[in-house]
Amino acid sequence: MADIADYFRGFAVTFRKLFEDRVTGEYRGGRAKEGQPDDKRPKPERLHGRHVLNRYEDGMEKCIGCELCAGVCPANCIYVRGADNDPENPTSPGERFGFVYEINYLRCIHCDLCVEACPTQAITESKLFEFSFTNRSDAIYTKDELVVGDDGKPQQMPWEDWRDGEDQLTSGWMRATSSAGDHRYEGVVHWAGELGYGVRAPELGQSAEVASAPADGGEVE
Amino acid sequence: MILAADPLYGGDLLGDILITLLKAGVAFTFLLVAVMLMIWFERKLISDMQNRIGPNIAGPWGIFQTLADGIKLFFKEDLVPENADRFVFKLAPYLALVPAFLVFAIVPLGGDFNRKDGSDGVVSIFGHDTFLQVADPPMGILFFLAMSSIAIYGIMLAGWGSGSKYPLLGAVRASAQMISYEAALGLAIAAVVLQTGSLSTHDMVIDQAAGGYGGIIPNWNIVVTGFVPFFVFFIAGTAELNRPPFDLVEAEQELVGGFHTEYSSIRFALFFLAEFMNTITMSAIMVLLFLGGPAGPALFFPEGWWIGTFWFFLKLMAFLFTFVWFRATLPRFRYDQLMDLGWKVLIPISLAWFLLLAGLRLGDDRDWTYNETLAFMVGCIITFALLGGLLIGAINTARAERVREEADRG
Repeated sequence: MADIADYFRGFAVTFRKLFEDRVTGEYRGGRAKEGQPDDKRPKPERLHGRHVLNRYEDGMEKCIGCELCAGVCPANCIYVRGADNDPENPTSPGERFGFVYEINYLRCIHCDLCVEACPTQAITESKLFEFSFTNRSDAIYTKDELVVGDDGKPQQMPWEDWRDGEDQLTSGWMRATSSAGDHRYEGVVHWAGELGYGVRAPELGQSAEVASAPADGGEVE
Repeated sequence: MILAADPLYGGDLLGDILITLLKAGVAFTFLLVAVMLMIWFERKLISDMQNRIGPNIAGPWGIFQTLADGIKLFFKEDLVPENADRFVFKLAPYLALVPAFLVFAIVPLGGDFNRKDGSDGVVSIFGHDTFLQVADPPMGILFFLAMSSIAIYGIMLAGWGSGSKYPLLGAVRASAQMISYEAALGLAIAAVVLQTGSLSTHDMVIDQAAGGYGGIIPNWNIVVTGFVPFFVFFIAGTAELNRPPFDLVEAEQELVGGFHTEYSSIRFALFFLAEFMNTITMSAIMVLLFLGGPAGPALFFPEGWWIGTFWFFLKLMAFLFTFVWFRATLPRFRYDQLMDLGWKVLIPISLAWFLLLAGLRLGDDRDWTYNETLAFMVGCIITFALLGGLLIGAINTARAERVREEADRG
């Protein structure tokens, strides 16, 4: 008999849910008419949204065109071609820079392996998640759209609905380990400065010893 | 035995035709609008039961969401698979849709059945006396069984004509499931027909509107036939509709989309429409058979044709709510569980109950005394218990045999 009672307990559960608070919000992506609710919740700190290509504090691009991100990408959504820097007027510090950089967001699974792979912290993921493009060519973000502007903020796509502060949380500072993925850097902030922000403050649980050597004396730079 | 035919016919021909066309048009429009609202209602209610908000953009409370979806489906590309049997593939959606609408024609939608003057639900449209239902054929409820059998063809041919594996598997499941449950469905209906003594749907309502215990508890068939046929019909009806928990036909996790996997655009919309139309008509048939149709409980008596319609919709909503509630609560059956429930539980129960009711009816006709009736019922219960025990014993023996064979082989 207990079994039969269990069946009806299930019905009671679903009926009770009718009167409970909703867990979802009323989000309309900025297209709400007057008087309609349009709530966007704050995103979690480590959300994997769309990518940005960062620049150093002096305005140089961080990307060196090494294609490690393209190599590691499980979805094959990144296309990179490097080129030699003009010695007179370099795009990035060093020999090479990312000449072509494209990400196909119809393929990207936002696994963040490209961010892990990047040796210069050039590619990071922001919390911007709106991808409501209406054709396939719009789905491929080119370097012009990915690289941060002169104020260090990402480019706003026409279909993105930015709320306060969402454009600022763009950098890989939220990762637990360093750019090289080396466990010895776990809990230690090891970031190059960024255009518009400088060196980001450490996250909760991270030590603020910038670029300090790991305890066992391994090489840092 | 009550014999009543629609008083409309036999008057002037033109008036008859026009009134009939008007009723058919109103019923068809009503059904289409009801489907639109039903889909919205289902999505909204099930999201309430899952702590979500549900459709909320198109129109107030998202009420036009179905309309938006329908318009979108109209403009989608219409694909016919290369291996499909083109004629059958195109025919199948209509075979599913047309019966779904035709069944609705025999459902009485309103009329004041509780009035004491014996008008029995006759209403007057433009001076013509008629019933508030599209048609009241003498074969009545048999028409429902016939149409639900034809609807199986729609699903079977869709699966077969697609020339694809998953739709075929879905169609095989569908035909097995729907044919199995139709037996239980038919036996539950037979119990009602036995009680009413007529196949006509209008007569069924009249029969249920009359009398009742103390004028308060209504004379509905759910009470008169002793609840069992109602529950059998409800479960078998849910299975017949391929609604959760019996939605093996289109089990998304196993069969992609089941029989309509290969359908797109407006043809898919037709299947979708048929499915929800069937839900509404099945609820209407259940209201008609067991809850008195438009005949309300005799609690208070505001007069007028609309009171029947009001009761009808109230009861219809109760069933639609329950269907959605089922979907939100119950996980899907496994295929063998489905067949077990149909063949080993529902059919024996409904058959036994039908025989019991038939025996009581016979006793009624032959003026049995109280003691004779009691003896008959006790005898019946003992017989059924013995037969049930034999059946369960046979099932268990067969299972033990199978297990032993498996063990020997392994």
